[in-house]
Amino acid sequence: MADTNLPLTERAVEKGRWQRFRESDFFHAFKRSPVAIVSFAVVSVLVLSAIFAPLITSTNPFDPSTLNLMNGFTPPMEPNAFTGQQFLMGTDDQGRDVFATILYGMRISLFVGASAVLFAMILGIVLGLISGYFGGWTETIIMRIADVQLTFPSILVAMLIFGIAKGITPVEYRDQMAIWVLILAIGLSDWVQFARVVRGATLVEKGKDYVAAARLIGRNPWAIMIKHILPNALSPVLVIATISLALAIIAEATLSFLGVGAPPTQPSLGTLIRIGQGFLFSGEWWILFFPACTLLALALSVNLLGDWLRDALNPRLR
Amino acid sequence: MTVPVLSLRNLTVEIPSRHGVVRPVDSLSYDIGNGEILGVVGESGAGKSMAGSAIIGLLNPPAHIAGGEIWLNGTRIDTMGREQMRRIRGKEIGMVFQDPLTSLNPLLTIGDQLVETMLTHLPISRSQAQHRAIDALKEVGIPGAKERIDSYPHEFSGGMRQRVVIALALCAEPSLVIADEPTTALDVSVQAQIIALLKRLCRERGTTIMLITHDMGVIAEAADRVAVMYAGRLAELGPVRDVLTQPQHHYTHGLMASTPLAAQGQKRLHQIPGSMPRLDRMPEGCAFHPRCPNAKEKCRHETKPSMEGGRAACWYPVSAEAVA
Amino acid sequence: MLAFIIRRLGQSILVLLVVGLIAFSMFRFVGDPIDNMLGQERTIEDVERLKRQLGLDQPFPVQYFKFLQGAVQGNFGVSYRQGRPVSEIIRERAPATLELAFVSGIFAILLGIALGVFTAIRRNGIAANFIMASSLIGVSLPTFLIGILLIYLFSVELGWLPSFGRGQTVKLGDWWSTGFLTESGLKALILPSITLGLYQMTLIMRLVRSEMLEVLRQDYIRFAMARGLKERAVNFHHALKNTMVPVVTVIGLQLGAIIAFAIITETVFQWPGVGLLFINAIQFVDIPVMAAYLMLISVMFVAINLIVDILYVFIDPRLRADRAGAH
Repeated sequence: MADTNLPLTERAVEKGRWQRFRESDFFHAFKRSPVAIVSFAVVSVLVLSAIFAPLITSTNPFDPSTLNLMNGFTPPMEPNAFTGQQFLMGTDDQGRDVFATILYGMRISLFVGASAVLFAMILGIVLGLISGYFGGWTETIIMRIADVQLTFPSILVAMLIFGIAKGITPVEYRDQMAIWVLILAIGLSDWVQFARVVRGATLVEKGKDYVAAARLIGRNPWAIMIKHILPNALSPVLVIATISLALAIIAEATLSFLGVGAPPTQPSLGTLIRIGQGFLFSGEWWILFFPACTLLALALSVNLLGDWLRDALNPRLR
Repeated sequence: MTVPVLSLRNLTVEIPSRHGVVRPVDSLSYDIGNGEILGVVGESGAGKSMAGSAIIGLLNPPAHIAGGEIWLNGTRIDTMGREQMRRIRGKEIGMVFQDPLTSLNPLLTIGDQLVETMLTHLPISRSQAQHRAIDALKEVGIPGAKERIDSYPHEFSGGMRQRVVIALALCAEPSLVIADEPTTALDVSVQAQIIALLKRLCRERGTTIMLITHDMGVIAEAADRVAVMYAGRLAELGPVRDVLTQPQHHYTHGLMASTPLAAQGQKRLHQIPGSMPRLDRMPEGCAFHPRCPNAKEKCRHETKPSMEGGRAACWYPVSAEAVA
Repeated sequence: MLAFIIRRLGQSILVLLVVGLIAFSMFRFVGDPIDNMLGQERTIEDVERLKRQLGLDQPFPVQYFKFLQGAVQGNFGVSYRQGRPVSEIIRERAPATLELAFVSGIFAILLGIALGVFTAIRRNGIAANFIMASSLIGVSLPTFLIGILLIYLFSVELGWLPSFGRGQTVKLGDWWSTGFLTESGLKALILPSITLGLYQMTLIMRLVRSEMLEVLRQDYIRFAMARGLKERAVNFHHALKNTMVPVVTVIGLQLGAIIAFAIITETVFQWPGVGLLFINAIQFVDIPVMAAYLMLISVMFVAINLIVDILYVFIDPRLRADRAGAH
C-alpha cells in the first residue's frame, strides 16, 4: 500500500492539491457513479440548508414571540383561513412553519449524529491504538469489553447509557443536557468498529521494520502511533465513519422518536416525527410527512454514500 | 471406421471483455477413440481446462462456445438444451477435478453423494444404489468401504478423497472421463497410484479418458496420444512416443527440453525465452512466433490451419536431425 | 465437545457477572434509592433504618453478592414509579413481547432465507435486482418510520388493521395471556410483526445471498453439476446446506436483536410489552425496571449465543470431529 502511494506523493510537489484530487482514481470513480453523485448532492443540499437555516427562513420556529396560534394547522400551499398566510409545508398545531422546524430539526439531528461519530471515532482510535500497540492485559480488557458490547444491539446500549446519564443529571438540567447526553450515548455505543479496525492496522504495522527501528531509537510511542501507524488505518476509518454517520442519525431519530432523546424544546427530526404521529389520525398528514421524508432522504443518501465509499476506497472491506 | 467417442471440430470459446473478445480456446479439433487415453498438455492458461469445461457444458458465463462442434458418440452435444445436457453430465461424461480437498461437499457423507449421483442417472432403487456405492468404493481401493460409506470427506486423506472423486465420476458408468489435473494437488507418492487406478478402471470398463495435465511425466506414464496446446490452439497432436521423442512443433520441442524427465543427462534445463502471450494481446500469425527460434516471415502473418502433412501446426517443423 | 461447552458456559457466566455489576451500580449510584423511596418528608432515623433494611451500610462486595442472589431468584426490587415488584410487572408484560418476537422472528427467518436463496440463484434477474435494490432502502429506513407507514396505509387509509394494542387476549394458565386465539388478537399482531421483522428479514436475506453466492463458486458445487445432478438438488441440497452454516450464528443473534428492537415497535404500536415498559422506565428514570430489563435481556442474549455455538457443532461434521479430537 505504501509503495503504490509513493509516486503520488512525489508528484504532489509539483501539482496543487486540488489538481491532484481531480486526477485521482477516487475522483474518477466518483464521476462514473450516478448513485454517488446524486447522494452526495442530496447530502450537500441538506447539510448546507441545515447550516444556513437562519438565512433560509426568516423565523426561528422555537422563538415563542414569532408564533401566531391563529396560523395553526395550515395545510401546505393553502392560505390560512384567518391570517391568509401561506406555508410551503404547512404549519403544526402551534402555528409553527413545518419547513422551518425541519431545517432547525435537521441541525440538531446532524449535530448530534456528527458529534457522536466524532466522539466514537476518537475513542475508538485511541483504544484501538493502545490495545494494538501495547498488547497484554490492556488489550485483553479493551477487546473483551468490545466483544461483550457487540453482543448487544447498539441502539439498546445507547438507550441504557442515555437512561443512566439521565439518572445522574439533576432534574432541572435534564432538558438542557439531553443533547449532550444523546451524543455521549450514541458515541459510546459505536466505538467498537473503529477500535477493531485501528487495532488490526496497528498489529500489521507494528510488525514492520520501520516501526521496530523507530522503537529501537527510543521514539515516543505516541509519536510512532500517530505519525506512522494511524495513516494506514485512515481509509477504513473514513468508510466506517460515513456508515456510522447514517446509523447515528437513525439512532438519534429513533431515540428522540421514542421520547428518550432530544426534548420538544430542541426538537430533532425524530422528535418532530414523534409530534407528527399524534396528528396522523386527524388528517394533518403534513406535520408528519415532511419531517419523515427529510429523515429518509438524509439517512438513505448518507448510507448510499458510505456504501459507495467503501467500494471505492477499499474493495477488501466488502 | 468406428465413430470416435469424442470429436471436436473447430471448437472456439470466447469471453467478451472490456478490451474486446478473447479466445481462450481457438479452433480446436481432435478425436478420441474408444478406450483411448488422450493426454492434453500445455501451460496454465493454454486453454486445456477451458476446453474441458466447454465439452461438459459448464463454462462460466460470460465465457461461451462461439463456434465449432462437439460430438459425443455420434451425437452433437454443443447445441443441446440445459436439461438434455444435464442428463449427459455424469451419465455419459464423468469429470474429475484437480483438488480433492474442495471437490467433495463437506457436509454430506460420501455415501450420500454417491447414492444421489447414481439415483439421478440410473433406474435403480435406493438400497441397490447403497450396495453399488459400497462396490464403487471397493473398486477404487477404499479399505473398509462398508464402514466408511457414512464418513464425511474430511475423515479421508487427500489421496483417498481423490479415489472417492473418481468413484463419483465413474459411478454412472460414463463412456468418457475428463480428468482435469487429477494429480496436481496430491503428494508425489500418491500421484502414481491415482494415475494407475484411473488407467486400470478405464481399461476394465473400456472408458475413454481425456487427461488434462501440465505434467509430462503423467502423460508419458498414462496416455496413448497427446495433444499439445499453446495459447488456446492445438500445437501438436500424435502418439505419445512420437511426440515425446521427436517433437515437430518448436513449442513442444522447447517444452520437452525443459522437462526433467525428457532432458535426462543434460546439465541445465532448457528455458523457452519469453512467456505465453496474454489472450487479449495475441500476435498475428502463429501464436508462438515471438518465442520461436526458427520463426520466419510466413509465421508472422499466417496461421497454419490444420495438421496436414504432419502432426504439428507449424510451417517449418523441427526436423528429425535437429532433435538428434 | 464437553470441554468446549464448559468453556463457553464459563465465558457466558463471566459476561453475566459483568452485566450484573453494571445493573447493580445503576441501583447503587444512579439517583439515591433512599430519596426515591422516602420522598421529601423523612427523618434521619427513617433514612438510617431504610439504609440498614436495604443493606446499604454493608461493604460493596457484600451488597453486590446480595443483589445477585436476589436477581437469580427473580427479585429485582420495587418499581419506583408503580410501587409494585418489578418481577410481577415483567411477568405480566412478557407474553406480549415474546409472542410478537416469535411471530416476527418466524417471518424474518423464513422470508429472509427464501428471498436470499432466490436472489442468489437468479442473481442477474430483474426481480432479484429489484429485491436487492429495495433491500438497501429497507436497511436505511428507520424501524419506526416503517411502522408509521404501515399504520397510515392499513389503519388510517384502508382501515383494515388496528393501529395499537394487542386486541383481545385469552388467559392461558396462571399468567400467560395470548393473542393467538382471538381474531382481533391475530389481526393486531400483523402490523407490529412486519414492522419488527422487516429489518431482520432484510439482513438475513442479504447475508444468505452473499453466503450462497460464495458457496456456489466452490469446487464441490461445480463437481456436483459435473455429475449431472438436478439444478434443484445442487441449489437446495448441496448449496443451501453449506450456506446455512455461517448464517445460523447471525440468525441466532438476530433473534436476540428482535427482542431488543421490540422496544421501538412496541412504542409505535403501543404494544403492552416489556419494551414499552423499558422505554417508560427510561423516561421516568425507574432504575429497578431498567436494571431488571438489562439483566433479563443479557441472560437471553448469552443463552442464544450459547445455543448457537452448540448448534454449530451439530450442523458441521468437521467441527464435531475437531472438537471430539480436542480432548
